[in-house]
Amino acid sequence: MQNTNVAYDSKVEGEIIVTQADAVINWIRKHSVWPMPMGLACCAIELMAAGASRFDISRFGMEVMRFSPRQADCMIVAGTVTYKMAEVVRRIYEQMAEPKWVVAMGACASTGGMYRSYATLQGVDRIIPVDVYISGCPPRPEALLDAMIKLQDKIGRERSVKNLTAPNAKPAEAELAGARKES
Amino acid sequence: MAESEFAQLQERFDYLSERESADHLAVNCPADKLVELCTALRDELGYDLLLDVTAVDWDVQSPRFTGFYHLLSTTKHEYLRIVSDCTDDINPSLPTLSGVFAAANWHERETYDLMGIRYEGHPDLRRILMWDEYPYHPLRKDFPLAGIETPLPAADVAEATKAKVLPAPMMGGPFVSSADGPMSQTEPSALDESWTEQKEKPVPSASPDGGKKN
Amino acid sequence: MATTTKEISIGDLGARSGEHETELQGETMSLNVGPSHPTTHGVLRLKMELDGDIVKTCDPVLGYLHRGDEKIAENMTYNQFVPYTDRLDYIAPLANNVAYAMAVEKLANLEVPERCQSIRVLCSELARISSHLLGVGVYGMDAGAWTVFMYTFTEREKLYTLFEELTGARFTTSYTRIGGVARDIPDGWLGRVLEFCKGVLPVLDQVDKLLTRNRIFMDRTVGIGAISKEDAIAYGLTGPNLRACGVDLDLRKDKPYLGYEKYDFEVPVGTTGDCYDRYLMRAEEIRQSVSIVRQCIDQFPEGSYYAEDAKKIFAPQKAKVLTSMEELIQNFMIVTEGPQIPAGEVYFEAENPKGALGFFIVSKGGGVPYRLKIRGPSFCNLSILDKLIPGHYLTDITVILGSLDFVMGECDR
Repeated sequence: MQNTNVAYDSKVEGEIIVTQADAVINWIRKHSVWPMPMGLACCAIELMAAGASRFDISRFGMEVMRFSPRQADCMIVAGTVTYKMAEVVRRIYEQMAEPKWVVAMGACASTGGMYRSYATLQGVDRIIPVDVYISGCPPRPEALLDAMIKLQDKIGRERSVKNLTAPNAKPAEAELAGARKES
Repeated sequence: MAESEFAQLQERFDYLSERESADHLAVNCPADKLVELCTALRDELGYDLLLDVTAVDWDVQSPRFTGFYHLLSTTKHEYLRIVSDCTDDINPSLPTLSGVFAAANWHERETYDLMGIRYEGHPDLRRILMWDEYPYHPLRKDFPLAGIETPLPAADVAEATKAKVLPAPMMGGPFVSSADGPMSQTEPSALDESWTEQKEKPVPSASPDGGKKN
Repeated sequence: MATTTKEISIGDLGARSGEHETELQGETMSLNVGPSHPTTHGVLRLKMELDGDIVKTCDPVLGYLHRGDEKIAENMTYNQFVPYTDRLDYIAPLANNVAYAMAVEKLANLEVPERCQSIRVLCSELARISSHLLGVGVYGMDAGAWTVFMYTFTEREKLYTLFEELTGARFTTSYTRIGGVARDIPDGWLGRVLEFCKGVLPVLDQVDKLLTRNRIFMDRTVGIGAISKEDAIAYGLTGPNLRACGVDLDLRKDKPYLGYEKYDFEVPVGTTGDCYDRYLMRAEEIRQSVSIVRQCIDQFPEGSYYAEDAKKIFAPQKAKVLTSMEELIQNFMIVTEGPQIPAGEVYFEAENPKGALGFFIVSKGGGVPYRLKIRGPSFCNLSILDKLIPGHYLTDITVILGSLDFVMGECDR
C-alpha cells in the first residue's frame, strides 16, 4: 500500500482531505530536505554548481545548505574520504538529528574511486549507512538532482509513523559495509 | 651557460660537484655543508625562494635516501637544484633548512612524514599529511601502494563502525611495465599485488619512533 | 532587646570585577575551526588559541585530503596519471594537465608544434579565468556578498560548456597527453570562446561595482592579513599572493613557456599585500587573461595538435592504427608500456592560477616514473598561516582564508 494515497471527494468531505499520516509526514519531509554538504574535494564544486542558478537546486527546496549538522536532514558526501577524515565524517553524521539520510556523491565517496591507495577509505559506506549512491567523477549536477529526486521517492516510501513510535528507529550499524563482510 | 655558472659556484664552494639534469643547473652537496651553502646562496647570490624540498628512495642502492632542494632566484629568474645524500640508510637524516628559509618548515615535515628522513634541528618535526600515530612512512619503496592494515585513528569511531585502515583492493591492477629487462618482464603486469589471494601481504618495518616526535 | 551592630565591608563592585578581569586575562580559549566548515575552501583544520576575540596562536592541520597521488604515480604510466593531475587543483584542471604534460615533455626533450602550444595557452588562460571567477565569487560569499557568487558561477557555467565541447567533460578534463593534446579543437569553438570573452567583461564590471568600492567589503579587507615582501619570499608564496606583496614574479613573463613571449599582457603587482590587494589581483588577472585569449585566437596557427615525430611517445591516430601494421604496434607499445621517456631528473613549474605548480620527475627510463613530486602552490601558500593569523580577530579568519584562495586538492595531494 503506497504511503502517498490521498482520498478526496468534495461532496463528502468538503474542505477536508483524508489521507494516511505517513503520506503527510513524508510529503513534508521530502519537499524540504536541507542538505548538509560534506564537500571534501572536486565533487563539492559540482555541488556548488548544482546550487547556483543554472541547475537550481532550490526548485526542490534544497537550497538551504546548512553546515551545522543539527539543522540538516541529508548529508551529501561529496569527494574523497580519507582515513584521517573518516573520523570527522562519522562524528558529524552522529550529530545529525533523526530523520537523516546520506547521499554518497561521486565515485570516491561510493567506493574509493580511482584512489586505490593507503590513505583513502574505500567507500564512505564503511562508516556511515548510505541511502543513494551517485556514480560519476564528478557526477554532473543533473545526476545529483536525479539522485535527490530518487531520495525524495525513497523518503516517500518510508514507514514514518512506525519509525517514530518504534523504540530503536534505525538499525544503522548493521547496514555498514564493514559489518557485513570482514574487509 | 650551465658550465660557466657551475664553474662560478665551484670556485666559491669547492665541495660541490655537478649533477646531470634535464633542465637547469643541479649540484651535489654533502649534507653537513648544506646550511652554509644555502645561507650563502640566499644572501649573496640571490636564490631567495625555496620552492620545494623532497627526497627519493633509491631502494636497493646505497646511499638509499637522497634529499632534493629546488631554489629560485626572484631577481635573476634562475633555478637551482641542490642534491644531498643521507649518510645513514636505516635512520636517514639531514640538517634542517628552516632557519634559512621559513618555507622549509612544512616541506621538511612532509618529507619526514612520507619518507622518514629526520631533519636535525627542526623546531616541530611531526607528521603533516598522515595522522600522528601512523606507524609507517608511505612513500618508501618497500611500502605497498595499497597500504597496510592499522587501526583507525579515532578509537570511538572504530568501535562504533568496526572499520579499520585496510589495504585497498588491488586485485589485478594497476597494470604497468617495468623499464628494462627481457620482453617477458617488460610486459605489463600488476605492479603492486600486495593484496591478492595468492600472495601474502608484505609488512615492512614500522618506523622506530612510531612516527611521533621525540 | 539589644541591638547589635556589626561592621561588614563591601568592596567597590567595580574594583572586584576589575580583579576578576586580571584573573581571567591569562586564560585562552581553544577553538577548532574545521575540517568541515563552510569557509575553509576544503578540508583545512585550524587549531587556534583565542584571547577573547583575538587569535593568539594558530596551528593548521592538513592531510584530510591526502590521497597518495605521488605513490600512485609510481605505479602508473605517464598518460595514465593525467586524470590524477586534474584533481590536484580541481578548480582549474586544464592548467594542471598542461603543466604536467610540459614537465614530462621537458624530460623527453620534446617540442610540441605551435598549434598545440596555442591550444594549451588557450586552455591555461580559460582555466585561469575560471579559477579566478570562483576565487572572487567565493571570496565575496565569505565576506557576506552572495550575489557575486551567483554572477560568477553563471559565467563559469558558460566556460564549462566550452570545456565540455572541447574535451568531453565539464571539468576534470584530462585533456593533454604527453606529446600533444587528446583531440583537435572542434569547428567554431574559437568563435564561441570569443563570444564568451565578450560576455565576461560586463559581468566583471558588475562584480567590480558590487565589491571594489563597497564600504563594507573594504572595511573587512583593507589592512587585514597583510604579508610583507620578505615574509612572502621566505615562506615560498607564489602566484597572485606573492604579486600582491609587491614582488614581480610571473613565470609567464620571466621564464616563458608555450610561446607566452608572443603575447602582450601586463602582470598586476600589488603594494600592501593585504586581502584587498589579493582580491584586486585576481580581478585584474581575469581581464589580462581575456586579452591573452583574444590575441591567441588572432594568431592561431594551422598545423598538427601533437608531435608527429614522437613515435614512442604519442599514440598514432585511430584510423591508421586499425589499418596499418606499424601504427598498430606503436599504439600497442605506447598504451601498454607507456610513453618511453629517457632517464633523468627534471623540475618544471608553470604559472597556475593558484601559484607555481611544479612537477619534479625522476625517471629511470621506460613508461613509468620512478618518483614524481608535485609541488602544490597551495601547500606553500598555507604555510604562512601560523605567522599571519595571530593578532587578527576571529571574524577576519574567513576573509584571510578566502583571499589566499587555496585548494586542498593540491595542498594535500
